Amino acid sequence: MELEQLRQQALAQLEQVHDEAALRSWNSQFLGKNGALTQALKRLAQLPPQDRPAYGQQVNALKEALLAALEHKKAELHQRELARSLAAEALDVTLPGRPVLRGRLHPATQVMRDILAIFAELGFQVYRSREVEDDLTNFELLNMPPHHPARDLWDTFHTTTPGVLLRTHTSPGQIHVMRQYCPRPIRVVLPGMCYRYEQITARSEIQFQQVEGLAIGESISLSDLIGTLSTFAKRFFGGERRIRIRNSYFPFTEPSIEVDVDCILCQGEVPGPSGSSGTAAAASSCTLCKGTGWLEILGAGMVHPVVLRHGGYDPERFQGFAFGMGPQRMAMLKYAIHDIRLFWSNARRFLEQF
Amino acid sequence: MKVSLRWLKEYVDIPWSVAEFAERLTLAGLEVTGVRPVGVPIPPGLRLKSEHPSPVWDEDKVVIAEVLEVRKHPDADRLHLVDLNYGSGTITVVTGATNLKPGDRGQKVVLARVGAVLIDGYSAERVLRPLKPARIRGVLSEGMVCSALELGIAEEHEGILLLDPDAPTGLPLAEYLGDIVLELDVLPSMARCLSMLGVAREVAALSGQQVRYPPTQVLFGPQDAAAQVQVTIADVSLCSRYAALILDSVQVAPSPAWLQLRLLLAGMRPINNLVDITNYVLLEWGQPLHAFDYDKLRDRAHGQTPHLFVRRARLGETLTTLDGQVRTLHPDHLVIADTAGPIALAGVMGGRETEVGPLTQKVLLESANFDAVSIRRTARHFDLPSEASLRFSRGVHPDLVEPAACRAAEWMRQLAQGTVARGLVDVYAARPADQQVSLSLAYIHRTIGYPIPREDILRILRSLEFTVTPSDQDTWLVTVPRHRLDVQHGPADLVEEIVRIYGYHRIPPTLPRDPLPDYQTPRDGHVEDRIRDILVTLGCQEVITYALTRAERERPLVGDGADYVRLLNPIHPDRSVLRRSVLCSVLEIAAQHLRETNRLRLFELGYVYLPRPGEKFPDERRHLALVLTGPRLPEFWDSAAQPPAQDFFDLKGVLEGLLEALHLGEAARGTAWTEWQPTSVSWLHPRRAAALVLRPSTSHGASKTLPPTNSPSAPIVFGYAGQLHPHLNDTYQLGRREVYVAELDLELLLPYLPERFACRAVSPFPPVRQDLAVLVDESTLAEHVRQEIVTAGQPLLREVHLFDVYRGPNIPSGKKSLAWSLTFQADDRTLTDKEVAKLYQKIVGRLEKHLGAQVRAP
Repeated sequence: MELEQLRQQALAQLEQVHDEAALRSWNSQFLGKNGALTQALKRLAQLPPQDRPAYGQQVNALKEALLAALEHKKAELHQRELARSLAAEALDVTLPGRPVLRGRLHPATQVMRDILAIFAELGFQVYRSREVEDDLTNFELLNMPPHHPARDLWDTFHTTTPGVLLRTHTSPGQIHVMRQYCPRPIRVVLPGMCYRYEQITARSEIQFQQVEGLAIGESISLSDLIGTLSTFAKRFFGGERRIRIRNSYFPFTEPSIEVDVDCILCQGEVPGPSGSSGTAAAASSCTLCKGTGWLEILGAGMVHPVVLRHGGYDPERFQGFAFGMGPQRMAMLKYAIHDIRLFWSNARRFLEQF
Repeated sequence: MKVSLRWLKEYVDIPWSVAEFAERLTLAGLEVTGVRPVGVPIPPGLRLKSEHPSPVWDEDKVVIAEVLEVRKHPDADRLHLVDLNYGSGTITVVTGATNLKPGDRGQKVVLARVGAVLIDGYSAERVLRPLKPARIRGVLSEGMVCSALELGIAEEHEGILLLDPDAPTGLPLAEYLGDIVLELDVLPSMARCLSMLGVAREVAALSGQQVRYPPTQVLFGPQDAAAQVQVTIADVSLCSRYAALILDSVQVAPSPAWLQLRLLLAGMRPINNLVDITNYVLLEWGQPLHAFDYDKLRDRAHGQTPHLFVRRARLGETLTTLDGQVRTLHPDHLVIADTAGPIALAGVMGGRETEVGPLTQKVLLESANFDAVSIRRTARHFDLPSEASLRFSRGVHPDLVEPAACRAAEWMRQLAQGTVARGLVDVYAARPADQQVSLSLAYIHRTIGYPIPREDILRILRSLEFTVTPSDQDTWLVTVPRHRLDVQHGPADLVEEIVRIYGYHRIPPTLPRDPLPDYQTPRDGHVEDRIRDILVTLGCQEVITYALTRAERERPLVGDGADYVRLLNPIHPDRSVLRRSVLCSVLEIAAQHLRETNRLRLFELGYVYLPRPGEKFPDERRHLALVLTGPRLPEFWDSAAQPPAQDFFDLKGVLEGLLEALHLGEAARGTAWTEWQPTSVSWLHPRRAAALVLRPSTSHGASKTLPPTNSPSAPIVFGYAGQLHPHLNDTYQLGRREVYVAELDLELLLPYLPERFACRAVSPFPPVRQDLAVLVDESTLAEHVRQEIVTAGQPLLREVHLFDVYRGPNIPSGKKSLAWSLTFQADDRTLTDKEVAKLYQKIVGRLEKHLGAQVRAP
């Protein structure tokens, strides 16, 4: 039977088709205007009329079959083509990505923000005050009259204008805030740069940031101070942190305290008893806390009545607390930075780690 | 303050382990910062390290022994054989000690037997070594007699340690001398604890005990002291009390071993019995004392009764102090003088001429009280910190003069066989009034925020030797004890005493319950953070630099003759003035980074400090500085895609991005907009420099906080941007590269930050984009063209974007082609082609008319 031969021939040739061009020529050979199928249909006229419907149906069926085979082949070729082009598009996904512009904040800014954000949630607003101060505000109004021994705690840069100096701490800001807001309640943090006449070493700088905190009201108490600082320490260093409070001394607070946090590196683990090998050396040596188990993080206290009075507040009615901390020290503890000089040296390989 | 616990226990019991003792003292304000074990291990739980290696004295191997006989070594001139009784046996050891010689017997020494661990006295590194049997010049030695150095007690040794005659033979040394010495950091407010008794009072208060005070009775001799010296205080403001005691027939000799050891452990060097006793009493009471050689005073008075004056030095007077230095004096310095001139720097250091020495027979013992400020300044002036000046400069109560003098005199009587002349020659010129404080329970509770029980409060105050008498319902009158000067501000000082002894850890933490204050943060309070964040998203690295610099470094940027805030006491000439330029600081960092990279994009937002004529304080202004150079992006492995170098337009892109994010970039949006004007400043490339000009919007009421001097319409130059002038590349060590820089005065900009802005409606109708290329003269500024387009295109022209600047073939010389993409859009309809064509023609017409522009065929 001719049609059956044609079908077999067409399908056999389609088997041999491996690309688009061959497919096109197959298409025109069998399905084109002058293709085999058209030729087969032309023969219809030569057939006896009674055979024509059946023949016509067979030709149409054959056409359907060839078209279907063609579509199938097309899809197959397309799949193969896609696979080939995908293979050709292979990438080494381990090559480095294309660089994008990446800026970074200085670590001091990042830590300062962390600190201020925690205090913002506790209701402390930011207040800024000047860096060039006078002796009066930096010392005297903070309960350190001239020649007060506590002035030795702050080695001062003086300017050539008598009585004008670079603030040694952010505490003079307390006076500015109090005088501005008296007799309203106060809850502020005072961030800023401070200066001390020191040798620049791995542990000390002539310039450093401080964050001072001040809360004043009719019933702001020592227990509020302890709660505020303990909340801060947990938020900044992690929820499991414990704080320890030591009595201390600052001229502008009474009582004065210092706050330690248990060592974030050794967790304040108590070392085992030292061996009795004839020496008395201690067993543990955490590089961060030097084995003491505690890290000193800040100083604080209840605002001294003299300072309250200088700020305009009546100590009989108002009381408050103040605290001060060094963001550089906090950063050094948190990020195991061993040299404070890295901050203002802005060493590239230091900055790029943050 | 170094505190020997063995010594401290004479005055108070210690009911805790050493670790707990240290913790309690630390929390109460006497921070324990160091430990020195003496012959015993570091106590368990004490989290401190010893600075020096210290041997642990083995109970069996380091014992007290009695010298039975000292013999010459048969084969060595400098060595001796020592026969010792150590209680449970006898032993012969070899020694080279210079303080044992043949014939000696009966001395109490320390015997270390083989296996004992000691400091190797012959090694410089102070290493610990177990003792081995040694055959020394043929004689087997299975032990040794020890020096203080070998035992870890002293830093140096002169012969072996000779114990006091009553040391029990055979007793383990650890039991006899073993000790823990703690280093205490004494706060300025706790100067009273610079003494063993002061520390004992703290321990007593913390543990609920009474202090066992040492006796202060003196067995006087027959003669009167008053006849032998006269005292005059010339300046009562600097010396509130001066007392003298006279001791005759003293025998100067080394102190007994126990006394020497206590001084050594406290960090003082034994000298002789007289000096050692003054130091011992200083350590015990905190009252400095000084011993003069009375006969030398008498010689200076030509045999007359010495007359001492406490007075200011006269200008140019000199004194040779104990250390042999000749000191030239000034009226600021307080001296003890006699009729022949100064004999001591009061409270700081004695004079050499009247020093007690081996030949001294008669002593004048000074116990006095000097003004803290004066002593501090004098000690600092001469750089003479001493145990005495340390205590005086922190404040000593003058009531301590008498007990300390008596205690010392009695020791001198006993240990130097002196006779004490009857009576204290005591001039008590200014006795401080007893301090009384009214204290109420309500005040305590309000301050602490926790109701510490009344009984605890009373117990604590009384244990610290305050006298407490009830004055009213829950109110007391509290009298401050006579050893304290720190209670000066009433009840607040007492609250500290109560809470530190009660324990901070017993106060439950709370958060403030007081009403929160109003929101008072200034309007631009967070703008610095915004600016930093924007610049970081634009790829800039923040730096923070020193505000202190050297004026010369900044001169190319700020010009000659600029006034500075200058330091009186700079640590270095490079840090001697407060900066006027932030850019200069950032260039310093840039130069440093360029040593290891070729690309950077740095910024700093920091202060400059501009002195204001006639004003005390400088104007502290926030400036922003930017420095860009090198490739736009870091290196990439695809060499076909290497990024171009950053240029002026990278810098401008960053600044435009910043200003737009602050809503100060574009006209008609906020309170002001920014223009870039060609300019010329000395530190920028003359053809690549722009002034940033802020044009306050006239239509928009600027914010209320504007400085009144800036009339709303006047343009304000708030900064400069451009290529750093190449002739400054060397100055700032930047090499031969194009460096783009900017410095902005944010104080000029920030008042114009719009508090809010109205968001433009988003049109639902399609935008129409048309391109327009025009030929203009080379000298025509792109910004002018843009402004003409914007003006002509109102109100349907929504965006104008320059997408090409072209010169070259097809363009006449002296001309350039600027190609713009224009976006038209209406809010209420779809624009017709006709409408757009009309607007387009209007724009073209304006450009032709105003700028002589020619439209290029599209």
